[in-house]
Amino acid sequence: MKIAFLPKEIDNPYEVLVDKGGVNAVTELKGTGKEVGPSDASASSQVSYINTLIQQKQDAIVIAANDPNAVAPALKDAMSKGIAVVTYDSDAAPDARQIFVNQANSEEIGRSEVKMMAEQIGGSGKIAILSATPNATNQNTWIDFMKDELKKPEYKNIELVKVAYGDDDDQKSFQEAQGLLQSIPDLKGIISPTTVGISAAARYLSSSPYKGQVKLTGLGTPNQMREFVKDGTVTEFALWDPVNLGYLAGYAAAALASGQISGEKGEKFTAGKLGEYTIGDKGEIILGPPTKFNKDNIDDYDF
Amino acid sequence: MLGRLLRWESVLIVLCVAVFVAGSASDGFAEQGNISFLLLDYSEVALLAFALLPIVLTGEIDLSVASTLGFCSALTGTLWDAGMSFETIVPIVILAGILLGAVNAVLVVLFGLPSLAVTIGTLGLYRGLAYVLLGDRAVTGFPENYRPLATDAIPGTFLPYATILVLVVGALIAVLVHVTTIGRSLYAIGLGAQTARFSGIRVNRIKFSLYLLSGGLAAIASLIYTLRYNSARADNANGMELVAVAAVLLGGVSIFGGRGTVLGVATALLAMAGLRNVLFLDDVSNEIQNVITGLLLILSVLVPVVFKPRRTKDVPLEPSVVDTERRTGADTGSRLRRDHQGV
Amino acid sequence: MIKPSARESAFAGRELGIVVALVAVVVAATVAQPTFLSGQGIHDLFLNASIIGLLAIGQALLVITRNIDLSVGSVMGLSAYLSGQLFLVDKDLPVIVVVLAGTALGAACGAINGALVAIAKVPALVVTLGTLYVFRGIDYAWASGTNTTQINAYQMPQGFLSLGSGSLLWIPNLTLIMLVVLAITAYGLHNFRAGRELYAIGSNPDAARLAGIPTGRRVFGAFVISGALVGLGGVMHAAYFGTINASVGNGRELAVVAAVVVGGVAIFGGSGTVLGAALGALLLTTITSALPILGVPAFWQRAVDGAALLVAISLDRAFMVRLAERLRAERAVRRAG
Repeated sequence: MKIAFLPKEIDNPYEVLVDKGGVNAVTELKGTGKEVGPSDASASSQVSYINTLIQQKQDAIVIAANDPNAVAPALKDAMSKGIAVVTYDSDAAPDARQIFVNQANSEEIGRSEVKMMAEQIGGSGKIAILSATPNATNQNTWIDFMKDELKKPEYKNIELVKVAYGDDDDQKSFQEAQGLLQSIPDLKGIISPTTVGISAAARYLSSSPYKGQVKLTGLGTPNQMREFVKDGTVTEFALWDPVNLGYLAGYAAAALASGQISGEKGEKFTAGKLGEYTIGDKGEIILGPPTKFNKDNIDDYDF
Repeated sequence: MLGRLLRWESVLIVLCVAVFVAGSASDGFAEQGNISFLLLDYSEVALLAFALLPIVLTGEIDLSVASTLGFCSALTGTLWDAGMSFETIVPIVILAGILLGAVNAVLVVLFGLPSLAVTIGTLGLYRGLAYVLLGDRAVTGFPENYRPLATDAIPGTFLPYATILVLVVGALIAVLVHVTTIGRSLYAIGLGAQTARFSGIRVNRIKFSLYLLSGGLAAIASLIYTLRYNSARADNANGMELVAVAAVLLGGVSIFGGRGTVLGVATALLAMAGLRNVLFLDDVSNEIQNVITGLLLILSVLVPVVFKPRRTKDVPLEPSVVDTERRTGADTGSRLRRDHQGV
Repeated sequence: MIKPSARESAFAGRELGIVVALVAVVVAATVAQPTFLSGQGIHDLFLNASIIGLLAIGQALLVITRNIDLSVGSVMGLSAYLSGQLFLVDKDLPVIVVVLAGTALGAACGAINGALVAIAKVPALVVTLGTLYVFRGIDYAWASGTNTTQINAYQMPQGFLSLGSGSLLWIPNLTLIMLVVLAITAYGLHNFRAGRELYAIGSNPDAARLAGIPTGRRVFGAFVISGALVGLGGVMHAAYFGTINASVGNGRELAVVAAVVVGGVAIFGGSGTVLGAALGALLLTTITSALPILGVPAFWQRAVDGAALLVAISLDRAFMVRLAERLRAERAVRRAG
């Protein structure tokens, strides 16, 4: 069985981990797995790769879409030729894929980010969000849930002042973090649900007088954040195990390709050592709840 | 000069053939679906490259073409989202592209600013305006009756409709550049704008129009792009200008102006598209593809020098097409200006 | 009584123009938000501009000779990556060794560019566009080949990271490095014959050659020095950001050229100063930092950056036209007696 993994961007360290998990899964199933992808995170490049994969007659394509609609025609073409299509991390249009493996419930991600922030700033104050690119589907979904959570009465003393975009670029994220601290003098906290954003912001904060005073949380990898958790810049942040995400996606794709499942709600399949999963609404499978990382457990992880 | 031109075009044709021969050895290359995809993949780049060719021939450049495409795509999305009919959107977007080209034209031709610097500025400005229009939205749901024009091939063949458009544009540019008087004057301008002016060529008017043309073609490319991907975003075609410039340079067009053919650019586009397709099929990583593109670019300027080591570059020793018109005096000044940039 | 010639006061005028613009932007931003001019604020401004300022100084050397280097982003990425890799091999490597290694790598890349341009006499725009692709490809291949797509802060020694984020007497270390480089290159350009020859080469390459200037060697040298500065910039980036992956420096080339142009270095060569280029970099980064403070919505920032460049070159042009008129007038006066 030939299964290909198509990340948003080929050398993005997070995606590399996910796809490693995916290829592991396929190898466990005695198939051939590979990772191909664009070096620019653009939807149009992904379309070229999808078409190549169709020509190469892959059994399944596992993709993190840069744009939900731009990749849809190519994915539909793939499905019409009998190729199983699974999305992960960033979904495509639901009718252009059979299964979407979500790393965690989008709602849960958004809401838990706000909960962590509220805990860290003592329940009141001004906060800002440092996001990635303005168009990223997953970012916007999470941010919408964050805003919704903030409407709850227990957060009435917390004010979301601004959403800034770091474009998943170190320098830009750095400058945006600076900008936030400059333009909002009484800023108490920043939520950065992007690994590039949170590490750039942490880097800036830890060498500035704001260290420890302005709280930073978000989604980051333990390896990137370890230093900042130990030096007190960051108290707690969250993520999930990207390797497991890929692993689950790989098993889902294999199950689809071999006809075990067809993407209908309620179907079950076993994802190797992760156990049994049931397909939910609109073909979505959730990996599990996000993991919180702090001083106590950060050394237990290596990714 | 014609002799030397043909030398590089021949290399290109050989390269093209080699790519396609090697390609047929790869699984899945020689199928209709793949060939039509290969052609489609480069349709917008081809339009941009054809738009750039006349401009580069006159010794100028336009790096803002991809940002114009992005802006027009964003404009298409905004208007579509607001409920305007697609038939009305098309002429408006093309007009917008021409206007953006006009801004470049005014700055380069009327203000006399260097085109490299200006178009780096408009590259940023137009892309920024695209974000102002669409922000973080992506508009989709473009009309089902028009989309196949951008995505499909003529039923039963490998030829996409979009490629027909590209071929038509290519043919028109070829006529403009190689057949008309204006085309010949492009070469004259590239070889020496002052002299050309003294010969009666309306240099400013021509350069101005070329930028308008470039904007219009970028707008047309944006329509194809938006329909093909069914997605209007502010970052559409981000970075495509470098690919288009690479195609033009690879096609044997001199960056100084005064030399180059449509055939060269067309062959370069075909070679690049084919190469990309073959490398993808063989799972050659993106990195290697980048390296190959870069090496080809360097070779494209190195090879002519290696073949004719003693001749100083860009000075036509054989009677050129330009000599058919009267030249006032020996225009040594501009010849020297163009020679060996910086050395 | 000898009046300072128009040319001399002109150069002072060009840089002065940038400083005036800079002051205007800073004043506007400070009015909107007084913390902009706080210790931390100024510190941040200079820090942001340091790396791109360094790259702009090198690029200015090349543009003065009527060349350009589009591969700066890729070379910077390679050099940053090398720094990370060296520390992965041995975390206790002295910081200075890594700095020298990165600089040397940059110089080597510059030498490749320079050799192609100066010896093979091929246009710099084309060559460096090609090396942009080639160097970036090598960077990615290196990253995936060694399976280290990202190097993180905790993998690098504290000494190195403090170089990036620390300061000496309130001035960020990176800014100090840039200022030292600026001083050396400005002095070299102005006081050494080789430096002044760069201007001659840019003004009229053939005349320069006929006058006996070893143009090939000078241009090659300019590429090597610029490359070394870019390499140094890459190491600084690694120290500053702490996270390195293969896409470091992507797209920087256009920002660097913009800084140089805004700084008054004519794209046709033959004029401009490294001080101008550094100031240009400072102005552009300050505008980017000031925009959110001034309440410009995030989505307008890109457009404003592009517009700023256009305004700068238009003003520059207007300035040069007036300068040419003054020079003509002076010449007329001289000729009249």
